[in-house]
Amino acid sequence: MPLLEVENLIVEFPTRRGLLRAIDEVSFTIDPGEVLGVVGESGAGKSLTGAAIIGLLEPPGRIAGGQIRLNGARIDTLSPERMRPIRGRQIGAIFQDPLTTLNPLYSIGRQLVETMQTHLPLSDRDARERAIQWLEDVGIPAARHRIGAFPHEFSGGMRQRVVIALALCAEPRLIIADEPTTALDVSIQAQIIALLKRITREHGTAVMLVTHDMGVIAETADRVAVMYAGRIAEIGPVRDVVLTPAHPYSEGLMGSIPSLEHRVDRLRQIDGAMPRLTAIPQGCAFNPRCPKTFARCMTERPALLPAGPTRSACWLHAEAAPHV
Amino acid sequence: MFAFILARILQAIPVLLTVAGISFALFAYVGDPIAQMLGQDFTLAQREAVVHALGLDQPLYVQYIKFVWSALHGEFGLSYRLAKPVGTLILERLPATMELAFCAAMLALCIGVPLGVYTGIRRNGALARFIMILSLIGVSLPTFLIGILLILIFAVLLGWLPSFGRGTLTVVAGYSTGLLSLSGLKALILPAITLGLFQMTLIMRLVRAEMLEVLRSDYIKFARARGLSTRAINFGHALKNTLVPVITVVGLQLGGLLAFSIVTETVFQWPGMGLLLVQSIAVADIPVMSTYLLLIAVLFVAINLTVDLLYYAVDPRLRLNRRSLTGRG
Repeated sequence: MPLLEVENLIVEFPTRRGLLRAIDEVSFTIDPGEVLGVVGESGAGKSLTGAAIIGLLEPPGRIAGGQIRLNGARIDTLSPERMRPIRGRQIGAIFQDPLTTLNPLYSIGRQLVETMQTHLPLSDRDARERAIQWLEDVGIPAARHRIGAFPHEFSGGMRQRVVIALALCAEPRLIIADEPTTALDVSIQAQIIALLKRITREHGTAVMLVTHDMGVIAETADRVAVMYAGRIAEIGPVRDVVLTPAHPYSEGLMGSIPSLEHRVDRLRQIDGAMPRLTAIPQGCAFNPRCPKTFARCMTERPALLPAGPTRSACWLHAEAAPHV
Repeated sequence: MFAFILARILQAIPVLLTVAGISFALFAYVGDPIAQMLGQDFTLAQREAVVHALGLDQPLYVQYIKFVWSALHGEFGLSYRLAKPVGTLILERLPATMELAFCAAMLALCIGVPLGVYTGIRRNGALARFIMILSLIGVSLPTFLIGILLILIFAVLLGWLPSFGRGTLTVVAGYSTGLLSLSGLKALILPAITLGLFQMTLIMRLVRAEMLEVLRSDYIKFARARGLSTRAINFGHALKNTLVPVITVVGLQLGGLLAFSIVTETVFQWPGMGLLLVQSIAVADIPVMSTYLLLIAVLFVAINLTVDLLYYAVDPRLRLNRRSLTGRG
């Protein structure tokens, strides 16, 4: 059974000009221990999907339809009091900027101990020992000595290591990592990704890795979901999506990764920009930028259909799939 | 830590010397003490004798040094009006003002901070909005009007509380206090509310604004994502982060309460320093005025030092870095 099932998730924002649909019928699953990469441009709905799963959508945003199930049980309808013990214990989260995600007034040890004691029956002494272990585990040198240090005494990369320890310390089954390396120096990014990979594998934690960096996905994820304008454009094993993308948008994304093997004069880019939520075109949302449009793309919105090893929301593959 | 305190005290010296200069200048430029002492009828020789006896014919800087020297020894001269040593006079009045200001500040803090937290957390709630509207009254009504309204309601119409004075006083170790008798406590209520109401609404609005800011921050979002309890998030993580600006304002306001309780003390005929100052200004009682000025300067310096020490206690980022910064990467 999958660990997490997201089915036809819809997230809407009421605005003065009516309802904005930021996530439109998104469905995917994550198996225990699996790493699902979620890629797409800014505003494609990647982070919102993560926020919806963990139950921390910023009002007035709200889940307007669909289901989110954890171990088969719905969590999208839980009251805040019932959802709170799930956060941290079942689903953890890592955010983008480690410089702002740690409370500046408390020592990192205190923040770790507080988090563990919220979820696990640990004495002060055991919690402290475990905190030291976690810090060692995420590669903080002299952890025993530095447990009383405050966030400002660490560099950005070190702070992100602390954030990872905090997200994992109550041993959740799933981690939602929302752009965990975007705010870091390039030289640090690889270290943090390697750490995240190692430590989640050791603990058997599944990861939903939200990023716009295809390189990170290719290196880390088992499967990848490509999001565009609030929908999933393509989802499938990372190898297939990277090497033989079925959706023209995924193809464009992969084409924009610089290659070391092949010499290219210019990087390919996708012309134009993602439509705003207020102005999503009729038919396929990608049609204004797609090099392969035909009549059907302009009128009908494609559903996510099997396209070889992946599933793709593109009419190009409709013939291969049974009609719906 | 010790070096920090020492540095702050050294910094305070020029401030205090400047204020002493202004206090000193009061004697030279406000009124003529000789004329006040000699009365209507005197000869030029008599005047010169007095001038010489008081040392007023010496160069200004010598007079200034003498002034500072005697101030350091607690000698502030005699009040023209009451013919008593100013030091004694102020010491007699100080407890009344201290008690009033302390109670007003406690009232402002103990009600202002929780209300600020509440209105910050339930920012769209009906009760929170109602409190915010009420708080506008506290911010906008002048102190004397609030005092008079309170007297009208609670002293005149209802007759529950006295309208003036300090009630029965008890002397404890040479310090007269109204806190130990029922009538003293009753007498304190209306002036304390009058004096504290503005500060209370100010603190409340400040805490609310800071809470709204902090609750939006990433570390609060991360604390929620870790499943911490609402209580731990609101009071442990959010409120503590609002404290630095709140301490700044409360410190300055407390100085303000002590120094400028003049209006409240006048309305309630509260026998404190504010009332003494108003009475002294009316008759140009320069020694009292100049000593008052000095005292307030000392109080502000002391409060600012306390505020700095509190920052130091609250925010680890301000502490001198004694830990090694190993493990940067």
